[in-house]
Amino acid sequence: MSKPLNSMIGWIDKRFPLTSNWKAHLTEYYAPKNFNFWYYFGSLAMLVLVNQLLTGIFLTMSYKPDAGMAFASVEYIMRDVEFGWLIRYMHSTGASMFFVVVYLHMFRGMMYGSYQKPRELLWLVGMGIFFILMSLAFTGYILPWGQMSYWGAQVIISMFGAIPVIGDSLSYFILGDFTLSDAALNRFFAYHVVTLPVLLVTLVLVHILALHEVGSNNPDGIEIKENKDPVTKIPVDGIPFHPYYTVKDIFGVIVFLIVFCGIIFFAPEFGGYFLEHNNFIPADTLKTPDHIAPVWYFTPYYSMLRAVTVNFLWIDAKLWGVILMAAAVVIFAFLPWLDRSPVKSIRYKGPIFKFAMAMFVISFFVLGWLGMKSPTPLYTTLAQIFTVIYFAFFLLMPWYSKIDKTKPEPKRVKK
Amino acid sequence: MNRLRIFLVILCLLPFAAFSAEPGMPLDKAPIDTSDNASLQRGAESFVSYCLTCHGASYMRYNRHRDLDLSEAEILERLIFTGQKSGDLMLTSMRKKEGEEWFGVVPPDLSVIARSHGADWLYTYLRAFYRDDSTVTGWNNLVFDKVAMPHVLHHLQGDQSINVKTVSGEEVKELQLDVPGSLSVAEYDKFVADLVNYMVYLGEPAANDRRRIGIMVMIFLFGMLGLTYALKREYWRDIH
Repeated sequence: MSKPLNSMIGWIDKRFPLTSNWKAHLTEYYAPKNFNFWYYFGSLAMLVLVNQLLTGIFLTMSYKPDAGMAFASVEYIMRDVEFGWLIRYMHSTGASMFFVVVYLHMFRGMMYGSYQKPRELLWLVGMGIFFILMSLAFTGYILPWGQMSYWGAQVIISMFGAIPVIGDSLSYFILGDFTLSDAALNRFFAYHVVTLPVLLVTLVLVHILALHEVGSNNPDGIEIKENKDPVTKIPVDGIPFHPYYTVKDIFGVIVFLIVFCGIIFFAPEFGGYFLEHNNFIPADTLKTPDHIAPVWYFTPYYSMLRAVTVNFLWIDAKLWGVILMAAAVVIFAFLPWLDRSPVKSIRYKGPIFKFAMAMFVISFFVLGWLGMKSPTPLYTTLAQIFTVIYFAFFLLMPWYSKIDKTKPEPKRVKK
Repeated sequence: MNRLRIFLVILCLLPFAAFSAEPGMPLDKAPIDTSDNASLQRGAESFVSYCLTCHGASYMRYNRHRDLDLSEAEILERLIFTGQKSGDLMLTSMRKKEGEEWFGVVPPDLSVIARSHGADWLYTYLRAFYRDDSTVTGWNNLVFDKVAMPHVLHHLQGDQSINVKTVSGEEVKELQLDVPGSLSVAEYDKFVADLVNYMVYLGEPAANDRRRIGIMVMIFLFGMLGLTYALKREYWRDIH
């Protein structure tokens, strides 16, 4: 390094822990050397986060959070703002891709037991990020004030109304009005551009700090810190995050950008999955669409919301739907205590766990698909069956993860 | 692990297979080509003559039609008949209240109609009007039952009527041309194709730019893919 630069860094280091943080989090943060394909999604989630923050700032410069002007202001961005279409598509595609990478990131954690001791808190912070992400998606989807924005939000808000005793006051409190209106649009805008992003960025930092405290898990699910070089005290299976994983993640970023830009430039609506066709119709408070479907990332939960059709234990079917839907999201947070397996990674878990995991993935996709469809008696029955399977994966885990026949874990990570 | 990956990919594709199999009125495929400026110009002229009277395209500015290889003077001469300026939005001259009184509903804005309904729907819809004495306007439509809009293009297409036949137990509705209009069937189809092509452009004027820039971006990214892969390989050579 050149002399002036060195002395400048020295000047900073006396006043701010620059070099020590650089080392602790990059050049001397030792990550297992056997990360595979599934380990790209954490850094990709950060990339999408930055994309959402930057494009979001530019969108707020031209967007109008006003029920009478919101839809038109989005079209103004699409037509009259220089490269507004690009900024908007980066943001709308980014929203969906955020869920793609976060779902894959979570699935990675589930496969390799990354939620298990000592990473329970890391997992819980991640769950907090997931909840905030869902809130961001919900508040953001209202902003264009199209038919799906409006009626999708109506469905969600009516869920709060289903809560006994406080339901009505709660939805009044959330909306700031008796119905979904301009008042609600304004407050959802405030949540979407200030409150939730601040919380999200904070939690992401906490997530990374927690990760760097306990160290990364790996596809073998063994602790690399337990096998350190006696002289250097560096894990023998660890490599410095920078440059090894920075160069690897940059390659991952390019692969991701090829997909991301492919969608932005050649299929921004993604067949109606990322931008729904009905959302190109301005919100009409008097005209309920024939078919209300949330965006794809919420459809598994939406299916569960609709799956309960009978009143049970003095509780209304609708409220059961709301409870199930909330439980389906929250239940991920209990994974560290549901999994009683002595091994972390699916590589060394037994056949029952692998089967349960496969059934969970199938039920997630089937429920997601059903959530896009208008309900029919057959679809409702299917949704009920797969809701049971979804919950069985979690609720039976303490039992099957214990009796399952595991394989012995290796001493060193495998390639 | 590979089997799991293949399995996941197949699962991801499932909803798409199901999406394409959605039942409903079969739609004719619209011959869309938004790079065909001559077609878009014809469509734009038809649009301002026939549609803009009742429908607005109120997110679009007239001068944007420079995209279609029209000069400012040509835009003023060929597309603006209302004395508006070229930088103005394409508003309709009909008041909302009048629309509601005359048709029962305010005619929707058409700026993004191709994005909500799709080109094929519009192409089929504009060719599927038929005489129906039971409706207020005397017109009905095969893809939009009891539509409030009368067939404003009927002097071009002519009068169609509906034939309901039963083919192997299923009801099949067919349209037949009773009174020919000023255009032949092929000419009318071409006319509607140009109009719908224009509405697709109108829905997203930046779409051609988007695809053009997209190709550059892709070329750049694929170049970077090779470079970053080589970089990764170089660094990882000593890791075993």
